[in-house]
Amino acid sequence: MNDKEKVPRKSTLRGFLGGRWVAIFLVLEIVFFMFKSQGFATVNSAQILLFYGTQVFLLAVAELFVVVTGGIDLSVGYILGFASIISIKIVDALVAAGLSVPASILAGTVATLVIGLVPGLVNGWLVAWLRVPPFIATFSMLGVCHGVSELVINGVYAMGMPQLAADIGNGNLLYKAPHLPFIFFRRPEVERGTPVLALIPNIVVAAAIVILIFAFVLRRTRFGRHLYAIGGSMDAAVRAGIPVRRRILQVYALSSFLASLAGVTYAFMYVSGKADAGASLLLDAIAAVMIGGASMFGGTGTVGRTMIGALVLAVLDLGLRMAGIATFDKYILVGAILVLAVIAARYLPEAQHPVSEDRK
Amino acid sequence: MNENASGYLLETREIVKRFGGLTAVDRVSVGVRPGEVLALVGDNGAGKSTLIKLISGVYKPDEGSLLVQGSDAHIESPRDALEAGIETIYQDLALAENLDVGANIFLGRERIKRRLGLFRVLDDAAMAEEAKSVLDRLDIRIPSLRSVIRTLSGGQRQAVAISRSIYWKAKVLVMDEPTAALGIAEQRKVLDLVRTLRDQGIGVIVISHQMYDVFEVADRIAVMRRGQLVGERLVRATDPDEIVGLIVGSETVTKR
Repeated sequence: MNDKEKVPRKSTLRGFLGGRWVAIFLVLEIVFFMFKSQGFATVNSAQILLFYGTQVFLLAVAELFVVVTGGIDLSVGYILGFASIISIKIVDALVAAGLSVPASILAGTVATLVIGLVPGLVNGWLVAWLRVPPFIATFSMLGVCHGVSELVINGVYAMGMPQLAADIGNGNLLYKAPHLPFIFFRRPEVERGTPVLALIPNIVVAAAIVILIFAFVLRRTRFGRHLYAIGGSMDAAVRAGIPVRRRILQVYALSSFLASLAGVTYAFMYVSGKADAGASLLLDAIAAVMIGGASMFGGTGTVGRTMIGALVLAVLDLGLRMAGIATFDKYILVGAILVLAVIAARYLPEAQHPVSEDRK
Repeated sequence: MNENASGYLLETREIVKRFGGLTAVDRVSVGVRPGEVLALVGDNGAGKSTLIKLISGVYKPDEGSLLVQGSDAHIESPRDALEAGIETIYQDLALAENLDVGANIFLGRERIKRRLGLFRVLDDAAMAEEAKSVLDRLDIRIPSLRSVIRTLSGGQRQAVAISRSIYWKAKVLVMDEPTAALGIAEQRKVLDLVRTLRDQGIGVIVISHQMYDVFEVADRIAVMRRGQLVGERLVRATDPDEIVGLIVGSETVTKR
């Protein structure tokens, strides 16, 4: 109402870097490894990076949704493990019961995703209705999922996924052998030793579709807007009539759903299920969200930037490996980048909400 | 008998709210008529804020009822209150600081459009346009509607909060300390805005500590002390001394 009041001015450089430094960092990182690691800048290593990153990408999106509301979900890693186990157990049981293999795989996947909602619904109920802090609620759920998983597999690991699942999980969309046209889905029958170019892993395509849908939901729907409002100001959201408790329940359920999906992709890729399959991925997922610029206090963060954060980690991991540098150096670097990201988020502030900015 | 003989747009009847052993609001009956400004005054902890939270659906009353235009309003949540035409502007304004002006005006009631006849997506363009028109109507200038609330001044934030209420065609507007955080010029503008709203037939309830504001803008004053309503006066039939006396509960200045 006072015309003379000014929006705080940012210097142009800081304003420019505010939303972009992570992307710039990623590019520099890739350029660095192009010189440092033999064979890093190839289609093949890009595919490897995406293929083995699938679970972290999915968990990072799960974590982002919860973080946007100002919460945190520590249980996603062990929900992944739980889902990897039960998907195999269910498929195995269905095949044993005489159902066809494709039908068993389909039914097992759907059943796992439905069961996979349960831990999230419990988390959401604890957080929204019983007001248990998200850290505590999901930390407890981590333990419960771990314990139940070990009980199901009796402390070893789950096996028995049919070969078809492994073919899907490790297959590609396109294949190209010399002197033959492109073939979809099926590896061409050629002499042993003939180089076959395999392009676009199936699992990566599936994950990409799901991630794009979640990006759309967060950015363009009323539901997504409500999550930002809840994270920005819980009071404002309540008073604006947003069904805050229902939204929080839904967000933990979605997180759990994505973690279960990641568990199913794990079972398809590795044809085994382990309780701790996703244990070490939790920290990567949280780190990706934070490097992507989301505040742990909620209200900020986008799927696109979270994916850039996840790629920063994936490139670092693969690049160091290919350069023959020990992996524990990676942990130190990840720690350093994480701190850098949080400092950058503080000193390179954005005048606009990332969502509005991206849409301009 | 006419249920609404008093002509109140909104009234509380014997409303009670307890927090554990503390009775924050104790059998309060108070109302506001269309085109009237009711000032709600009282010392800190007198129960004013609790009362307006009851009115706006944030708290559920333990006893008593809330009537809109003479009939029971069944307000159980903030959404019910909004649907009954009761808009509340809190002291902290209740804006989502991470969202832009348009998003805040439409918070919880977002405009949507259909994409491909299937997906319901936010219609940000329409929301920004409507936000601009309501701000223009109130002669409020904000550098960019894409600015997030965090970057705006106190006065601009207050303006956004008021615009939001007006946009949604409030019947009753409740304002908690609307001028507390503002500079002099902005205070005057907010008081002008309150008078404009009253002239449009809206019932306005204002909580204020500023005796000047109260006498400047209110038609009637309700005084609360320790959760109870201790007096109601028409502004033209009282003076600041008497109101202060009622607020602090001093016998010597209580004349009536």
